[in-house]
Amino acid sequence: MDQITNLLAIMLGAILANNFIFSQFLGICPFLGVSKKVDTAVGMGIAVTFVMGLASAVCYVVNQFVLIKFGLEYMQTVTFILVIASLVQFIEMFLQKSMPSLYTALGIYLPLITTNCAVLGVVLLNVQNSYGFIESVVYGITGGLGFLLAIVLFASIRERLVFADYPKAFEGFPIALVTAGLMALAFMGFSGLKVW
Amino acid sequence: MNLGKQFKEGLITNNPVLVQVLGMCSTMAITTSFFNGLGMGLAVTVILTLSNVIISAIRKIVPDKIRIAMFIVVIAGFVTCVDLLIQAYVPSLATSLGVFIPLIVVNCIILGRAESFSYKNGVAASFFDGIFQGIGYTVVLLIMCIIRELLGAGTFGGGILGPDLKGIQIIPSQFPAGMLTLPVGGFLVLGCLIAFMQWALAKSKNKEESK
Repeated sequence: MDQITNLLAIMLGAILANNFIFSQFLGICPFLGVSKKVDTAVGMGIAVTFVMGLASAVCYVVNQFVLIKFGLEYMQTVTFILVIASLVQFIEMFLQKSMPSLYTALGIYLPLITTNCAVLGVVLLNVQNSYGFIESVVYGITGGLGFLLAIVLFASIRERLVFADYPKAFEGFPIALVTAGLMALAFMGFSGLKVW
Repeated sequence: MNLGKQFKEGLITNNPVLVQVLGMCSTMAITTSFFNGLGMGLAVTVILTLSNVIISAIRKIVPDKIRIAMFIVVIAGFVTCVDLLIQAYVPSLATSLGVFIPLIVVNCIILGRAESFSYKNGVAASFFDGIFQGIGYTVVLLIMCIIRELLGAGTFGGGILGPDLKGIQIIPSQFPAGMLTLPVGGFLVLGCLIAFMQWALAKSKNKEESK
């Protein structure tokens, strides 16, 4: 039972209270770059969720059974980024062969995920919080879902922003950042969330 | 090679944060005290300069197809060195920056400069490009830190100055808007800074056209 409560706490934390975008500032670049349309935002969010879950699992195994076993913890950053880069490459090749429709839908977003700091961030946080295998995977997937939620909400607001009236200097990124700031303010409300 | 032009580009007209809008994560996340901003800025400047030099030196022997992977390995190597050095000599900085030091690997500024500048230019030019872009990044971080610290906590120079290294209290502690030191403040302050930059650039452009 304890295990389940713990997992639920991790899930809620990753999706709402400690949302990767709004409270940890991880993955801001794709968040701002790929949020002009809701469709592409959804595609990006799903791709990121998938990669984050998979990267958490693979990096946990690599960390436990290779790095820690041979006392190479100082190589973590280099190893993790290489694992993530090759993972993304594999997913790309796999999708191209087996699910071409999904591959075309995700398009250029897949290779971009390598440099998404949310992916490397979640892996490093897993190590820092010394999560076990299941906890790591759950944290990875729910962190990705939090990203998906944030980017879809943000994209739908941005689509409406086109018709809004604001000073010319704020055009483009500034108004997007101010919008994201107000959303972060709203998400701060979740930090009072205590279920248990 | 034109040093003056490169310096102006790095600092103002092609500033990595305010104009190219790269490296946002760290810019917003760690700018809560002066010390953090300075440490992060210096770390990124050092890594950017070193990786620019190496990438520019090996640019002719790296096949085009695997260049991104090569860039990342070079950058990750330097980041690991800097990470270990900070942990050894400035442990307080390592704890307050936390996961954001290893995350310099995926800081888009470094990969962006590798791809757009040092992969195409000579070693010396890349070296200065790294320094100037790094300074541009550091300056923006420091401005963000000063604004957020002053308006959010009422202090200046947190982490280096004042009693208990908490900074010098300038605004009495009951007045500041604590919201600015929270994530919200990062988004709002950076948004306003970029807006100011766009306004200033547009104004100077108008002036030149009307001449």
